[in-house]
Amino acid sequence: MAFEGLAERLQGTIQRIKGKGKVSEADVKEMMREVRFALIEADVNLKVVKEFVKKVSERAVGQDVMESLTPGQQVVKIVKDELTNLMGGEQSKIEFATKQPTVIMMVGLQGAGKTTTSGKLAGMLRKKHNRKPLLVAADVYRPAAVQQLETIGKQLSLPVFSKGTDLSPVEISRQAIEYAKAEHLDTVIIDTAGRLHVDENLMQELKDIRALKEPDEIFLVVDAMTGQDAVNVAQNFNEAIGITGVVLTKLDGDTRGGAALSIRSVTDKPIKFVGMGEKMDALEAFYPERMASRILGMGDMLSLIEKAQTNVDEAKAKELEEKFRTSSFTFDDFLEQMNQVKQMGPLDEILKMLPGANKIKGIENAKVDESQMGRVEAIIQSMTTQEKTTPEIINSNRRKRIAKGSGTTIQDVNRLLKQFEDMKKMMKQMSGMANSKKGKKKMSMPGLDSLFK
Amino acid sequence: MSFFKKLKDKFSGNQEAEQSTEKYKEGLTKTRTGFTSKINDLVARYRKVDEDFFEELEEVLLQADVGFETVMELMDQLRFEVQRKNVKDTSNVQSVISEKLVEIYEAGDAEINELKFADDLTVILFVGVNGVGKTTSIAKLAHRLKNEGKTVLLAAGDTFRAGAIEQLDIWGKRVGVDVIKQSEGSDPAAVMYDAVRAAKSRGVDVLICDTAGRLQNKVNLMNELEKVHRVISREIPGAPHEVLLALDATTGQNALIQAQTFKEVTNVTGIVLTKLDGTAKGGIVLAIRNKLKIPVKFVGLGEQMDDLQPFDAQKYVYGLFAEGLDKEEELENAEADK
Repeated sequence: MAFEGLAERLQGTIQRIKGKGKVSEADVKEMMREVRFALIEADVNLKVVKEFVKKVSERAVGQDVMESLTPGQQVVKIVKDELTNLMGGEQSKIEFATKQPTVIMMVGLQGAGKTTTSGKLAGMLRKKHNRKPLLVAADVYRPAAVQQLETIGKQLSLPVFSKGTDLSPVEISRQAIEYAKAEHLDTVIIDTAGRLHVDENLMQELKDIRALKEPDEIFLVVDAMTGQDAVNVAQNFNEAIGITGVVLTKLDGDTRGGAALSIRSVTDKPIKFVGMGEKMDALEAFYPERMASRILGMGDMLSLIEKAQTNVDEAKAKELEEKFRTSSFTFDDFLEQMNQVKQMGPLDEILKMLPGANKIKGIENAKVDESQMGRVEAIIQSMTTQEKTTPEIINSNRRKRIAKGSGTTIQDVNRLLKQFEDMKKMMKQMSGMANSKKGKKKMSMPGLDSLFK
Repeated sequence: MSFFKKLKDKFSGNQEAEQSTEKYKEGLTKTRTGFTSKINDLVARYRKVDEDFFEELEEVLLQADVGFETVMELMDQLRFEVQRKNVKDTSNVQSVISEKLVEIYEAGDAEINELKFADDLTVILFVGVNGVGKTTSIAKLAHRLKNEGKTVLLAAGDTFRAGAIEQLDIWGKRVGVDVIKQSEGSDPAAVMYDAVRAAKSRGVDVLICDTAGRLQNKVNLMNELEKVHRVISREIPGAPHEVLLALDATTGQNALIQAQTFKEVTNVTGIVLTKLDGTAKGGIVLAIRNKLKIPVKFVGLGEQMDDLQPFDAQKYVYGLFAEGLDKEEELENAEADK
């Protein structure tokens, strides 16, 4: 039941436009219908969709088809650019107070992920900004919310200010700020209780906490799976207490996350971070372009590249690149590369980030057979050193031996040898390309595709 | 007699029904004002039932998170119905709409909205993504079943999230039921095994099992859930008798994928639609019922212990359209006065 991405949706219309001189108003109208469908299916608020479509239509009409080979791609590009613009260029900077301590308030609906995000944020501030955070347990309503934050504090070895559930959240926050001053903790993160945006009493409580010491940041924590109601939630919180930014949680799910666009356009406040998992370090910066691709169902190539960059040893990558160029790539290198790919995380997740992957039927259930990789590993390890460096010498006798040694079949061995040859060819072409451009940090990952076969 | 009148008559006279209908009205106030006022706006603005009218109606439904496909199907049916009954006046369309919405729910038998109980021990397993309100719903359900005179035992199967076990434990004390638990980080399947054993030896009527929230695209976590399910069925053939998917009413189209994936892994028998007391409409349950045939069994309408109500399609629609009813009633009264 995965939804079609915009590109697939547009296929039909594009076929018709091909060969026409200009994108006519009628063509645009038809395509915008598809854009509208795609955005609504991605949970972008209907009103936001309407404004957006109007804007994009104006830009798209009259574009020369001849200028680009695929007018459909051009429309998709316009849509994507406009989406990216809308979600804002500014990066996830955090405002720190000049006079200590910095106060950060976490607010949102029940179950959005405030407590977990508070912990992640504190961990990040300590690691990346060298801050000394104090977590404040101000959710006195939900049973065990205080214990939850305490446990998280313990996991991260960070101080948690908790006064049980008898004091009011306002009083707890007030004492916490005093405590932070006395203990020279420079950042106070207040984890407030989840509340409905229409609950006036509880919204007043937030205003009272806010009045203690003007917070430097008030983050609205929003579940990425939120539907049409995201606009109401964001608008109400923003009007009541004036949020400074948004944290989008549970984005490691398979939702398109159209709420991001809705929230941004009604509040005009930046999305600063995204929650990407249950582990305490799974808080990442927000990238508008990636989000745009995601909403449109276009895959997330950039995240993939980033993942590769953080996990791949730079020096090793250079060495590898040198080998591509000189075609001295061996089976040992292949093995090493495979291990690096493995380090990037579960392969089925990586696979899903590839553009067009959602076109493949049943991708949402796709499980990359990691044992296949184990088999490849076994085959390579059953080769002699000479065979690894010069696979040309592997004749049928050697194949038989390798298959036996690795507990596989000759067919398996043959397939791997063929893949290796193909890869080498591809590398030659790719390194040619890499040379002509000067992209030094470019990470090429040949062989990735053959592993999925 | 109009459809609304019929509905109202059905629920008045029976005090219990009236009380719970009141709960619906109360909890759905925000929902109703959003959804129904829009339909009323529409009615006020359009005299005739034409394409513009349908287009706006379509938008009202889309904004309730019903989802594109289901809205399209519904609109087609409405167009057909309006043509067939020759409805010209938009105010009459209201009743056609609510009839249609109820119909989606009642396709198949209406009984499936109720919980299925075994002769001796009934096991109810709660599943869902993170933060939808599984633990709170379990507490509310335990409270409800206890009031019905059943003995209840809870199993703290969320051994992953910090504070989850304590949360269920506190609820257990408030409700007055025991909680079977192990330490944080232990194997949830082992907790279930213990809980089922304990439930059998204590001879309780109902065992309700909590599980950790998990996003449906996490293969390992879904496998873990499958194992939990398997352990329960191995101990008691036919169990769990109910697998309830907790679904946050604010969730958009992803809810459909959630329902589908959880159904594949644990054979979900019903939905608990939580947080319906906000402004979200939870319209996606229409699509889920329509496509996956999973009925809603309970709705969460507030933070109090008794704010979990059995789902009743007619009451639900009644809650959505309560304003329409009051209006129609006024009109009928005015006519009678003449």
